[in-house]
Amino acid sequence: MSLIRLSSPHVYKANSTANVMRLVMLAMLPGILAMTVFFGWGTVIQIIWASLLALGFEAVILKLRKRPVLFHLSDGSAIVTAMLLAVAIPPFAPWWMTLVGVFVAIVLGKHLYGGLGQNPFNPAMVAYALLLISFPVEMTRWTTPFVLNGDGWQIAPFLDTLKAIFAAADNLWYDSFTGATPLDEIRHRGGLTTEEAWRQSTVLSQGIGAWHAVSAAWLMGGIFLLYRKVITWHAPISMLLALALCSSMFFGFDPDNYADPFFHLSTGATMLAAFFIITDPVSSATSNRGRIVFGASIGILIFIIRTWGNYPDGVAFAVLLMNLAAPFIDIYTQPRSYGHNRAKKGQGGKA
Amino acid sequence: MGKVFAFHGGVHPPENKKQSTRTPIAHAPLPKMLYIPLQQHIGIAANPVVNVGDRVLKGQLIAEPVGRISASLHAPTSGIVRSIGPHPVPHASGLESDCITLETDGQDEWIEHQGLQDYTRLEPSVLIEHIRQCGIAGMGGAGFPTDVKLHLGDDHIVNTLIINAAECEPYITADDMLMRERAADILSGIRIISHLLRPSHIMIGIEDNKPQAIHALEAVLKGCELNIDIRVVPTKYPSGGERQLIQLLTGLEVPSGRIPADIGIVCQNVGTATAIHRAVHFGEPLISRIVTVTGDAVAKPQNFEALIGTPFADLLEAANLYEGRLFRLVMGGPMMGVTIAHDQIPVIKTTNCIIAASDEEMPQAPPEQPCIRCNMCEQVCPVTLLPQQLYWFSKGREFDKARNHNLFDCIECGACAYVCPSSIPLVQYYRFAKSEIRTEEAEQRKADHARQRFEARQARLEREQAEKEARRKARAEEAARAQQSRKSTEADKAQADPCNTAPAASAAPDLKQLKTAAAVARTKLKKARDALKNAEDKGLDGIDALRVTLTDLEQKSEEAEQAFKAAEQAEAAAAAEKGVDLKQLKIDAAMARAAVTKLERALTKTEDEQARREMETELVEARKKSDALNQSLSEHSPA
Repeated sequence: MSLIRLSSPHVYKANSTANVMRLVMLAMLPGILAMTVFFGWGTVIQIIWASLLALGFEAVILKLRKRPVLFHLSDGSAIVTAMLLAVAIPPFAPWWMTLVGVFVAIVLGKHLYGGLGQNPFNPAMVAYALLLISFPVEMTRWTTPFVLNGDGWQIAPFLDTLKAIFAAADNLWYDSFTGATPLDEIRHRGGLTTEEAWRQSTVLSQGIGAWHAVSAAWLMGGIFLLYRKVITWHAPISMLLALALCSSMFFGFDPDNYADPFFHLSTGATMLAAFFIITDPVSSATSNRGRIVFGASIGILIFIIRTWGNYPDGVAFAVLLMNLAAPFIDIYTQPRSYGHNRAKKGQGGKA
Repeated sequence: MGKVFAFHGGVHPPENKKQSTRTPIAHAPLPKMLYIPLQQHIGIAANPVVNVGDRVLKGQLIAEPVGRISASLHAPTSGIVRSIGPHPVPHASGLESDCITLETDGQDEWIEHQGLQDYTRLEPSVLIEHIRQCGIAGMGGAGFPTDVKLHLGDDHIVNTLIINAAECEPYITADDMLMRERAADILSGIRIISHLLRPSHIMIGIEDNKPQAIHALEAVLKGCELNIDIRVVPTKYPSGGERQLIQLLTGLEVPSGRIPADIGIVCQNVGTATAIHRAVHFGEPLISRIVTVTGDAVAKPQNFEALIGTPFADLLEAANLYEGRLFRLVMGGPMMGVTIAHDQIPVIKTTNCIIAASDEEMPQAPPEQPCIRCNMCEQVCPVTLLPQQLYWFSKGREFDKARNHNLFDCIECGACAYVCPSSIPLVQYYRFAKSEIRTEEAEQRKADHARQRFEARQARLEREQAEKEARRKARAEEAARAQQSRKSTEADKAQADPCNTAPAASAAPDLKQLKTAAAVARTKLKKARDALKNAEDKGLDGIDALRVTLTDLEQKSEEAEQAFKAAEQAEAAAAAEKGVDLKQLKIDAAMARAAVTKLERALTKTEDEQARREMETELVEARKKSDALNQSLSEHSPA
């Protein structure tokens, strides 16, 4: 008799990394849909373009690293990274910018550190931060929501968008479809009080609904991920709470100079970050407790950067900074194990 | 019903228990051969007390326990001992171990046996010894000798007895069927355990997926005088783990590295309770147990009452095995069981289940993918560890970190590996790390031991040296004291006879003193002369007085000088009287002897006639000289 000899357990839950990634992609659908509805075709085009690039770069680098290409490609992690980057950059970002971004994310941010599971920084945020610093003009030319473009569903036509991304469009075309984001308006409002800025800016007074809707869509996706237990509540909830708490404190103290908590929660990349970016397991703190600290710190940092920093939205920098701190957080956030009186904190080891 | 607490994590693998509960417990057909491993329990292997060729009766003692933690073995049926030696045993290592091979004779003839009349009247130690003699070891899985656990009341305050009927592993239904069919036996066993441990509270922990068993237990518990609670716990793996069940039922945690009795709790399995019942009331040792035979590769999955030592092949045959479909044979459950490669492996006291799985049922795990720290493992860990961190530390051989993350609290339940989306065999990594750490520790201990031995040896040598030194010193002092006393007696003698005063004893200090006195006188004289000269040059007063002093000093110096010279001469005269300088004499004698030896050697080597003759003359002269010197030396040297 020749029977197989294996170590226990002998049964496995039907789950795979690819499945986890598929669920994440599925959860992104409402957000992508909302972005397309309010800001036009750019997002969809960017996602497709970035995904193709990501697959290409991943395949090449896997080949160079002499790893099984199909085995690793099929885990879907490269596409998730590409999609996250694509929804973060402006919908009209030129094709080469996406290319640079995906290259940085996949090759520099991920594979040079050792591939999936080894990267200390969130690859999509590394790419985003690099693009933001290198190409500030293109990166801040955000599309205006259709409500500001006239009556009806006024978004840029699909072919024009394609042309704007892959060839070029004249400045007039850009001007008619792009503008400042609400966070920009609030940050660079001169000496106006919040209320005055709100009254003066059309993006704030009329267009803000688009951002609320997109945020709500990301939130929906996040709830789906929570429901399917792909992510845990620890990081997102603590981040949102910290952000809400900070902004409430400042808004309550001085409403003329600070934006209200609802504004902070429902504009910019807050919801996307809470449920899709900071929940990247590889680069975040690993334990439940650690993720609470990690998420809360990001929430605070986002508020600080938004309010006093030079960049209107600070998600990428906040995430990268906390990625840096994640191993340190891990050492101090071990849970208390069964049969122990307290957690063994701060005991890393000799190495 | 009572409150049920919760433990962290846990998983819900498919139960697959229905297949094997459709038919009642069947008696397995009597096998031709029984292989009874000497080690079926935790502790030291039993020692055989039968010889090859002996005929043994059912229930006869065939191996006796060795040491405190061990269990005896009994013949499961009558037959002849065919061999005692290595045979494949159910163990994760797949290695062979010593077994007693019994060829059955089909008569199933019992040895004379009887139960205890009234165990409540017996001394507890006598009752426990009876249970020990019956070879009962925990039947839940670990196989810890039961008598040791029953003694826990001696040095611990046991207030809670937990009967483990959770049976949380998928597929296994042995305890379920036992409860359905023999609930009264279980209760009787619990009574005996309760009599020995005297707990204030007894709880039966059972998962809610066994309604019939719960019913059966409730029925027999009606009117029971004991304080027994049936606590139904939600079905969740690993609720049947001892520590997890304790947490579920009491909300308490067993401190790390301690045993449940340290917090007043003792756990026993339902199967063990039944075995105790049979041992006490019928005098039957543990020679059979209920085994679930299930899996896709058997046509009739069911439970058997199988004799200890029955080869798996016999049970599989009884359950109608599809030979072609069998892919993986697991002893135990699918979460913690071990695969076995050989179907002649026997049933032992801890064998609760045999799963004959097909390839589709338990396919090989897909290839391992990179860990993405998704922390699903953390969510399911019943011990609240960080399995993902332990994995990284184990893989990176950072064992000190792994240990700091409580690696040794891991119960290897496999929940983490079960949920891992990257199909990482996490439990294997932990086992690897644990064994590496244990090896390292053993080596460290060995090294420490060697160092201690070396240091002890070094210390011993030093001590011996010191003692020797002390002894030597003591001897020297003794000798010195003896010398002293001899000297003092000699001195007394010398005092008694003054004319015999040795001049050498007083001459040397005298001579020195005289020399010094002469020198002092000379210096004084010189100083006086200087002063006189000075006075004369400067025309001072008192020159006359100085002159007088000078003359006086001159005289004194002269006297001292003379005294010294006289003494010196006396000394020289004394030496001359002795005639020879002893030291010089000794040297001369030695040189003369050396010259003789040299010549003798040269003579033996030289062949030339002329030279030899010359040398011989020289030698004769040298000998003469040497003899003369030696003669004078022996005359002059003190005796």
